[in-house]
Amino acid sequence: MTTTTEHNDYQLPVLQGTAKEFYAYCKAHDLRFQRCAKCKTFRHPPRPLCNQCYSFETEWAPVKGTGKVYCWTVAMAPIGKAWVSYMPYAAVVVELDEGPRVATWVTGIPPDQLKVGMPVKVWYDELTPEVTLAKFKPV
Amino acid sequence: MADPKALRDKTCVVGIGETAYTRGTTKSPLQLSMEATMMAINDAGIKPSQIDGVVLPNGHNGGATAGDYAANLGIKDLIYTASFPEMGGAQMVSAMEGAVLALASGICDYVLVPHCSYFYTGARARDMTANPSNALQAAEYIRDYYRPFGVGAPPQHYAWMAQRHMHLYGTTQEQLGAVAVAMRKHAQLHPNAIMRGKPMTMADYMASRWITWPYKLLDCSLETDGAGAFVMTTAERAKDLKQKPVYVSGIASGHPYPPHDIPNRPDILEIGLDHSAPRAYAMAGVKPADIDFAEIYDCFTGQAILQIESAGFCKKGEGGPFCENGNIELGGKLPVNTHGGLLSQAHNTSMNHVIEAVAQLRLGCGERQVKDAELGVVTGWGGHGHGSIAILRR
Repeated sequence: MTTTTEHNDYQLPVLQGTAKEFYAYCKAHDLRFQRCAKCKTFRHPPRPLCNQCYSFETEWAPVKGTGKVYCWTVAMAPIGKAWVSYMPYAAVVVELDEGPRVATWVTGIPPDQLKVGMPVKVWYDELTPEVTLAKFKPV
Repeated sequence: MADPKALRDKTCVVGIGETAYTRGTTKSPLQLSMEATMMAINDAGIKPSQIDGVVLPNGHNGGATAGDYAANLGIKDLIYTASFPEMGGAQMVSAMEGAVLALASGICDYVLVPHCSYFYTGARARDMTANPSNALQAAEYIRDYYRPFGVGAPPQHYAWMAQRHMHLYGTTQEQLGAVAVAMRKHAQLHPNAIMRGKPMTMADYMASRWITWPYKLLDCSLETDGAGAFVMTTAERAKDLKQKPVYVSGIASGHPYPPHDIPNRPDILEIGLDHSAPRAYAMAGVKPADIDFAEIYDCFTGQAILQIESAGFCKKGEGGPFCENGNIELGGKLPVNTHGGLLSQAHNTSMNHVIEAVAQLRLGCGERQVKDAELGVVTGWGGHGHGSIAILRR
């Protein structure tokens, strides 16, 4: 649905470290989040240490890909050239059923019809050959 | 010093200085900073070389280091330097806190806190579309997890909080607008306000263009150039100085949890000020009801409302109605941002808020003076919700 040239490099994730792993799963259409391998507490964005049990052991745990709209804003001024053709777009915080919240888009619905608590499910936007974004749509 | 209350009224602001605020300048940040610094030092009535501590709120004042201040001011023995860059816009009050600690502990005698905002002439958001190299520098989690979804500028992150506030508490667009209108009214009374001579009504506010719903252009702070500085010393030393001192009665910094990522906080309306404000009031031994005016970090209208709540001036969720009906205007229940704030005076990262609070407590603000003001509050907001607060007394 988009071409690579519309996306300046500075707006794509830098695929290194944990981001490389997160986006590799997205590319495989497999949404996963970092989880403590010991006490099984999710955390996002990824970080080295579990703030519950202080284990450094982590795993990438799959989630169902369903969640609810938590809050949003509707961007009507561009933060870069790549976004001009998309405006207005809703940048939404979605709370996954398993707990983590993500910044994402909810597509397939006009921004003014979004509601807090609206159930959504993931879809995968293959933005570039390397980067697939996990976006959501109403269930 | 086992009890923070021991710091109450032990240190004070004895000098303030501020350049003209402009949209565009040919002067360097260092030049502007030195001009403001000399105004503050002269206002205090001390010799520049008596400064022995320099707190640079963001650590690099447009490229100028503490060493640059030492070199320019002839400080042969610079004893104490510190900076608080992670606090973002809360850095000014946190810098004051650093100065309080350095002075009260006896480490140094006179601390200078200078700051220049170069937000019009330097790289800033308005250029981001035309020139990607001007994109705001972002932390890794923003770069990797927000920006791919077109979220990379402060009003967007903060609009999430405003939307949540509207959802939970019924806060309205007009209540956000009431903050912007009040700031603009106050700016009409300040000779050094960018928006002086440009009055604004609620209708003007409602007609202004959207930036990122629920924020309109007039919900957003200005992009301006200009510098300010203040000089602090101990209450004991202040007795011999030119100005009537303005005492730091209470001061504290705080953070939401986790401090950076907004979406994954259990409560995204928890802000740093929720933690710092009770500490500052306890240190000062006063209550919110005792406060005569407040200079609130108004980067965006919704953030001002959140801070008015968290600083204890009303209950959580009641900030919207609290800002209506002239309550936060001069003559109202709690005058807020008597200088016009970041929204209508200038964006000097709340250096202008500190300077205005000191000026109010010197009772020298002319037609915008809060009558008989004795106690004032200054807040800072930065990063993704860090919050600092100073309670100042004359």
